[in-house]
Amino acid sequence: MSELIRKSASELAELLRNKEVSSVEVTKAHLERSDTVDGAVHSYLYQSPEAALIAAAEIDRQRAAGDSMHALAGVPIAVKDNLATTDAPTTAGSKILEGWVPPYDATVVKKLRAAGMPILGKTNLDEFAMGSSTEFSAYGPSRNPWDLERIPGGSGGGSSSVVASFQAPLAIGSDTGGSIRFPAAVTGTVGTKPTYGAVSRYGVIALASSLDQVGPVARNVLDTALLQDVIAGHDKHDSTSLPESLGSMADAARKLDVKGMRIGVIKQLTGEGFQKGVSARFQESLNLLQAAGAEIVEVSCPSFEYAIAAYYLILPAEASSNLAKYDSVRFGLRVEPGENATIERVMAATREAGFGPEVKRRIILGTYALSSGSYDKFYGAALKVRTLIQRDFAEAFSKADVLVSPTAPTTAFKFGDKVDDPLAMYLNDIATIPANLAGIPGMSLPNGLAEEDGLPVGIQLLAPAREDARLYQVGGFLEQAHEQVWGKRMIDFAPELEVR
Amino acid sequence: MAKAELMNYEKALEQFEVVIGLEVHVELNTKTKMFCGCKNEFGNEPNTNVCPICIALPGALPAVNKTAVESSIKIGLALGCDIQPTGRFARKNYFYPDLAKNFQTSQYDEPIAFNGSLEVEVPSGDVHNVLIERAHMEEDAGKLTHIGGATGRIQGAEYSLVDYNRAGVPLVEIVTKPIFGAGAEAPELAAAYVRSIREIVKALGVSDARMERGNVRCDANVSLRLHGAEKLGTRTETKNVNSLRSIERAVRYEIQRQAHILANGGTITQETRHWHEDKGSTSAGRPKSDADDYRYFPEPDLVPVQPSKELIESLRASLPEKPADRRKRLAGEWNFSELEFRDVVNADLLDQIEETVAAGAKPQAARKWWMGELARIANEAEEGTELNVTPAQVAELAKLIEDGKINDRLAREVLGYVLAGEGSPAEIVTARGLEVVSDDGALIAAIEAALANSPDVIPAIKEGRMQAAGQVIGAVMKAMAGSADAARVRELLIEIANK
Amino acid sequence: MSEITPDLVRHLAGLARILVSEEEVEQFTKQLGLIADSVATVGKAIDADTPATSHPIPMANVFREDVVEPSLSQAEALSGAPDSYDGRFKVNAILDEE
Repeated sequence: MSELIRKSASELAELLRNKEVSSVEVTKAHLERSDTVDGAVHSYLYQSPEAALIAAAEIDRQRAAGDSMHALAGVPIAVKDNLATTDAPTTAGSKILEGWVPPYDATVVKKLRAAGMPILGKTNLDEFAMGSSTEFSAYGPSRNPWDLERIPGGSGGGSSSVVASFQAPLAIGSDTGGSIRFPAAVTGTVGTKPTYGAVSRYGVIALASSLDQVGPVARNVLDTALLQDVIAGHDKHDSTSLPESLGSMADAARKLDVKGMRIGVIKQLTGEGFQKGVSARFQESLNLLQAAGAEIVEVSCPSFEYAIAAYYLILPAEASSNLAKYDSVRFGLRVEPGENATIERVMAATREAGFGPEVKRRIILGTYALSSGSYDKFYGAALKVRTLIQRDFAEAFSKADVLVSPTAPTTAFKFGDKVDDPLAMYLNDIATIPANLAGIPGMSLPNGLAEEDGLPVGIQLLAPAREDARLYQVGGFLEQAHEQVWGKRMIDFAPELEVR
Repeated sequence: MAKAELMNYEKALEQFEVVIGLEVHVELNTKTKMFCGCKNEFGNEPNTNVCPICIALPGALPAVNKTAVESSIKIGLALGCDIQPTGRFARKNYFYPDLAKNFQTSQYDEPIAFNGSLEVEVPSGDVHNVLIERAHMEEDAGKLTHIGGATGRIQGAEYSLVDYNRAGVPLVEIVTKPIFGAGAEAPELAAAYVRSIREIVKALGVSDARMERGNVRCDANVSLRLHGAEKLGTRTETKNVNSLRSIERAVRYEIQRQAHILANGGTITQETRHWHEDKGSTSAGRPKSDADDYRYFPEPDLVPVQPSKELIESLRASLPEKPADRRKRLAGEWNFSELEFRDVVNADLLDQIEETVAAGAKPQAARKWWMGELARIANEAEEGTELNVTPAQVAELAKLIEDGKINDRLAREVLGYVLAGEGSPAEIVTARGLEVVSDDGALIAAIEAALANSPDVIPAIKEGRMQAAGQVIGAVMKAMAGSADAARVRELLIEIANK
Repeated sequence: MSEITPDLVRHLAGLARILVSEEEVEQFTKQLGLIADSVATVGKAIDADTPATSHPIPMANVFREDVVEPSLSQAEALSGAPDSYDGRFKVNAILDEE
């Protein structure tokens, strides 16, 4: 039974299809794993074992009755706690939404349920997805299964750690500046931020509306592809949702061929700012690609110098507006600062008590970026930088089919290392942010271990908007090439979790 | 609150030039709200026409109502505006409990329509060309009820209750450019302008346009400056003007109030003011500042609206008759005098009379009843009460008179019963037996009975002194409780007299 | 330049309806000052002619037909409310008139 948790989602799907195992057994195995390890890892903010088993039993019943089943039916999954679920609290990692149970499901959640995937629980995140380490979760951080003293990445550290610690084969994350990709890199897992609009944002607690995307998290490329295929698609409730389908990512992941593809190395995302092992593994992967018939070219994106600045103007501005709704009136926390307080004072006291320091910082910064007299210099200017970044990508993609970079400058740092230095924390996202600004898709997949600390390193792939399939094609190939070199999967290098 | 001092109106206009600006919000009559599929309907249980979107639950996203966009374009075209080729929605950020998201999704620098104009006629007959700055799409807020203070006002309230049924209802805000040169007729011009807007949106079929229901709301901006001055004076914005009459009164009041302050060396505070119908005055609300920092930015959850030329032209082709043209046509068809027609327009009875004529009444008869008895009854009733009578019923009433079934006096009685909800005029006449008595036998009997009491009448009539007849006719009418046809009584009397 | 002063921080916190302690004002003034200085560099990258991009993927004219869709029930709508009365959300008294 414990072997079930080591299987990939596609392997589990096949066992389920062949009725060699039931969804209830698979779900139970993962719930037992959580009982053993989640005390230490703290991936979950809320677990729903009963609901998951009920869903699993229903899938088993349908399968036995001969109903037609979705490809991943019966495979359990964890969902980041910024997606609305009617049967579990949705807190966005914040005190201001403690215990709030939505009266509606996010579109992605509806799709998971329709596909027959039992939902194991809601995973931890930096509060309102603002952060790179889950240290800003109001409910305590999640821990990196590779080293429990280190961050699992953020904001989606719960989703990355839940699959890295084998508590779930799959998870849903969201990515606004790297919140799927950075955790993937530091936990040796795979995560994709799809093209903006490829996956519905309806029911996803908004951080920065023009940057947010929901995406798949898993331990290998094919699983990630299968999951993206489930959750992607047009949604009439999301006006920014792409009208067309982007095709099958799973098909792309199975191609395993990069011959003739042009791989662009982004000059600005290499060099001194990157940890030695990170750069070394990156170069090795370039060699693997070249050896398989891909052409490596250098591209330059000079506007990336301003990407972080633009991001930390656009995000706080949009967030300051998106978070205005947390005002004690219709849901969430209400704090009464003394008798006969006016509603204005109740709102201010509620938000003071309910929001953590990073959220407050960004709201105030965002209010500033939009305020009268400052708009042109800040938010307005950032929107123009976004144009430049899109132009740089367009130029780069005229020379290359896929762009590559290390996902992050470093491996997982220790808790406390950057939490008091916002600027240092923001620099984690230097490689991931441009894709969000431009709306293009990006994937991080495992790229080996850094020799100086033995910790996972990620490689980032980027493709033009709507060309997500290219990520899976190159990613699938690279993963297989790595496994051939290493002799095992990346995740098999992970140390055994101390069982408490 | 001390009542403000007012300068005499004529004096104020001698000293100052009046500039007004009008912002009118039109509530569209779409089936659903602007950004969600909840019903756009008045009068339901609180918070039953709501969804995650319009009560701003975390994660909800807006989706634009296509009909609302088309209605907005129609309004823009009817006002002679250019239509924005590509326009984004914008967020207007401020906190208030009736604004669920604590921002309003509106339009900022890319309104759907801009640069139009509207010819407005004032009672004196002058026609002003009011320039329209813009018309843009936005959403309404919820409804707040204040509990515990005096008469439901905010001051002294213990708490407030919020109903979001109205939140998200589509609005079109129409903003004029500053209006110069209205002079003493500024109040009338303001009311006439809003009346015209009402007519237009009603004719377009995009709004029920009932001010008493809040379908059309007006904020009036007023500022004064010395004659010949270049710079505009500081303006105040008066809200809560719920009827055409209030608009006129409020503008007039503000002119007088501001004139008094300025003439005494004071300065006008730029602020929002509230009109109080009962007191006939305005009072200060929040200090209004153009620096009210709304932190507008383009709405990222919605994509731009780019109406195609084909769409615009097809909507333009579907525009109904312009109100000014309609009025010319009706004036010609009805053959009223200029004064009669203008009175009808000023009394806002154009639609009622048109409908009554359409139901078969002669124009003058329709005018007589609506401008006469019904207007009298409406004036005596509480402001805002709707009269319980339809144009079709008025037409039926007029026809009964024309057919000789009832006379004027009986008609007034029947009307009273119609208003009380007893049914249609014909039903009432039958049920209550109010038909004019046309049975000659009964009339003759009554005449002879009256003659028995006034023996001198017949000789008088024979001598040609017809006034004497009046006495008998009056007596007969009285005896028959007014249900005799007076003309027929007179005929019969003369016949009898000449026998 | 991006002069973040304690007064400005208090003003912004007021606009954003967040009560801030004097300690937080001090801390935020410092931190935001650093951040604001660094993000102000965006000004260097652009010129007056650079167009702004508010939406990353160009799309237009996404509409919904004017057709009624199911609403929440009153109970569902009020389900998260900290306080309600008579079918409506209940809030403390409001300070000033609209």
